[in-house]
Amino acid sequence: MAKKKNIEEPAAKPAGGLFAYAPAPESPAAAGDIATSYGHFIGGEFVDSSGSEALKTVNPATEQVLAEFAQGTDEDVDRAVAAARRAFADWSALPGSERAKYLFRIARIIQERGRELAVLESIDNGKPIRETRDFDIPTVAAWFFYYAGWADKLDYAGYGANPRPLGVAGQVIPWNFPLMMLAWKIAPALATGNTVVLKPAETTPLTALRFADICRQAGLPKGVVNIVTGDGRTGAALTAHPDVNKVAFTGSTPVGRAIAKQLAGSRKKLSLELGGKAANIVFDDAPIDQAVEGIVNGIFFNQGHVCCAGSRLLVQESIQDELLDALKRRMSTLRVGDPLDKNTDIGAINSAAQLARITELTDAGEAEGADRWSPECELPGNGFWFKPTIFTGVSQAHRIAQEEIFGPVLSVLTFRTPDEAVAKANNTPFGLSAGIWTEKGSRILWTANRLKAGVVWANTFNKFDPTSPFGGYKESGYGREGGRHGLEAYLDV
Amino acid sequence: MSTVAANAPGVAGSGLQDVAASEASLRRFLHGLPGVDQVGLEARAATLGTRSIKTTAKAYAIDLAISMIDLTTLEGADTVGKVRALCAKGRTPDPTDPTTPRVAAICVYPDMVATAKDALKGTDIQVASVATAFPAGRVALPVKLADTADAVAAGADEIDMVIDRGAFLSGRYFDVYNEIVAVKEACKRADGSYAHLKVIFETGELQTYDNVRRVSWLAMLAGADFIKTSTGKVAVNATPPVTLLMLEAVRDFRAATGVQVGVKPAGGIKTTKDAMKYLVMVNETLGDDWLTPHWFRFGASSLLNDLLMQRQKLATGRYSGPDYVTVD
Repeated sequence: MAKKKNIEEPAAKPAGGLFAYAPAPESPAAAGDIATSYGHFIGGEFVDSSGSEALKTVNPATEQVLAEFAQGTDEDVDRAVAAARRAFADWSALPGSERAKYLFRIARIIQERGRELAVLESIDNGKPIRETRDFDIPTVAAWFFYYAGWADKLDYAGYGANPRPLGVAGQVIPWNFPLMMLAWKIAPALATGNTVVLKPAETTPLTALRFADICRQAGLPKGVVNIVTGDGRTGAALTAHPDVNKVAFTGSTPVGRAIAKQLAGSRKKLSLELGGKAANIVFDDAPIDQAVEGIVNGIFFNQGHVCCAGSRLLVQESIQDELLDALKRRMSTLRVGDPLDKNTDIGAINSAAQLARITELTDAGEAEGADRWSPECELPGNGFWFKPTIFTGVSQAHRIAQEEIFGPVLSVLTFRTPDEAVAKANNTPFGLSAGIWTEKGSRILWTANRLKAGVVWANTFNKFDPTSPFGGYKESGYGREGGRHGLEAYLDV
Repeated sequence: MSTVAANAPGVAGSGLQDVAASEASLRRFLHGLPGVDQVGLEARAATLGTRSIKTTAKAYAIDLAISMIDLTTLEGADTVGKVRALCAKGRTPDPTDPTTPRVAAICVYPDMVATAKDALKGTDIQVASVATAFPAGRVALPVKLADTADAVAAGADEIDMVIDRGAFLSGRYFDVYNEIVAVKEACKRADGSYAHLKVIFETGELQTYDNVRRVSWLAMLAGADFIKTSTGKVAVNATPPVTLLMLEAVRDFRAATGVQVGVKPAGGIKTTKDAMKYLVMVNETLGDDWLTPHWFRFGASSLLNDLLMQRQKLATGRYSGPDYVTVD
């Protein structure tokens, strides 16, 4: 049998080391059809906007326009809220076990269409396919499965017999985990018997619109889920709408504060999940290699576009050099580039505006005297990119130690004693999350008890599970999402 | 017996030369190594396992993996004929394709060393012999040393010794250390050169990752040229997390002492996909310096045929099937 040789020179030394990974691209076509323009999803139908203004969503890795979508008007919001109101009576009257069937069905369809959703999310958001495939979409399905399980057990959630839903929930979500934030909002709302109007972020509307298609596939009654797209004006119209009973917002602290003001004095129930500036505290007895992984995962996961990102590394001074050497060595192996390549670790920054903000804050860090370091890595020509960056010699007074950067930028501070670590960790207006690295169990408990943060991870970071409540202290917001606690936000209790 | 200075010369001047001066200092040092978080280590190994190795990278990795194999037969039923067949396979893994690289070594019991040596004449394939009463190692030190010397005298290029896991688990680190030092001395040939010493930990018996890190440092301090996970004779052999941890240990040891040590996962690595995962770990933990058969080996037997089938698939675009590779 004659053989054709394709392996000509396998041992040739390619650029990037002996063992350079060949491109392993996921097919963009797997995202399914992307329409040239989208309207809203209201009352179970895809409908045109009452206005004529359209926005564009781009692939942040290429700057190519993916689709146009409608800028939701006050009238669009009004139609959507009305549709949700009409659907509420029947939906809330369904036995919980019946609502659960729909949620289980949605969860299964998400799993079945997982590849499609993962590719679409990666294209619209810029995050690596490895992350959407292995984290985002499985988490989305898990959230629906989990809350499907609660739907017929609400009597045992701790709020007495037959707790009542609130009515119509207006939900506004950010661009960093578009479909996952949707799941965090919609799954508990539907399980408890509410109907929803959701506004996805203006840079990442596509997976929410695809989710609308999944709702239809699942046979969800019309009007139970409504999606209205647009920018902050649409969001404001939704949160201000008089017939909305519940507002749930995830996003920046300034917008969250504005919503809280807007809703003050109304009977609307509000939950806010806002910014963060988490401290990742590494004690001198930490498991160093795993701590380095946790630091990398804490700040470079999802390009640092994570509200609970471990953006402040607090390292005990006695191991500072050793840890930073190991961290830099590890950062040098991070693969930045095409989000659809299965070997990419860090994808594109979501938007030009976000890239500008990251650039502005890192410039300020340098100007204030902190030392900046990034590994050598080539960035693509088009699109929005930022090298993974660490700042050493940072003090509490620097802007990069205080403000949320929301990018792949880590500020390194040091401490001498556990008391100092806790004092510095808590010295922020935020209080969303924190991390503790030590082999000593008693020190984990001691530290966790003193940290003012909604989530404290011990010897890990950025771990999420639908059974575990998530939410903040102080300017990081209020209310909890996830777990049994997450039901309260959607119940009249 | 003089231990450290004579047997781990590279360690001199690194600040670690006194570590093994006494039972107490060795214990203090090993217990002072950073702990290993099980969840984090396993998560990192699993993440590296998701790398997608395609086309040119796959071709490179397949050939590299073949060239790193210690093709092994360690059975009570081994015969001269079996060992000769294995050596022929190692020399010409795929008779239909002369571009296929040779394996790194043939690994046999000591009494088969002369046979293997003879069968491999004229090649640079190494003969590795297990020794020190492999796999259990439960004999007196003089027997272990005689076993080793016998294999070296028969021409073994490499010695795969087993540590005394009982001594390690009961905290007698110094005994384990001294035994490795003694076996290393038994690797000395008449001309003053040494057979390469691989130290097998049997990590499946040591159980905890903290133990794996400690035993890795212990063996490297005692002069191991290679550290090896397993004998292949117990329930749990090489795993990605254990190997990753040992890769980190050789990395840290070289940073501390300047001495480079090789790593050999053995047992349970059966598929090309498995081998790719290990090579990815080497690549992203250690880089080019370890990506050669001189510093990384696979202890395996069935792995080779899977690599050959994948190699044929890459070359022809079709899967050939197990009838198109030789069964030896």
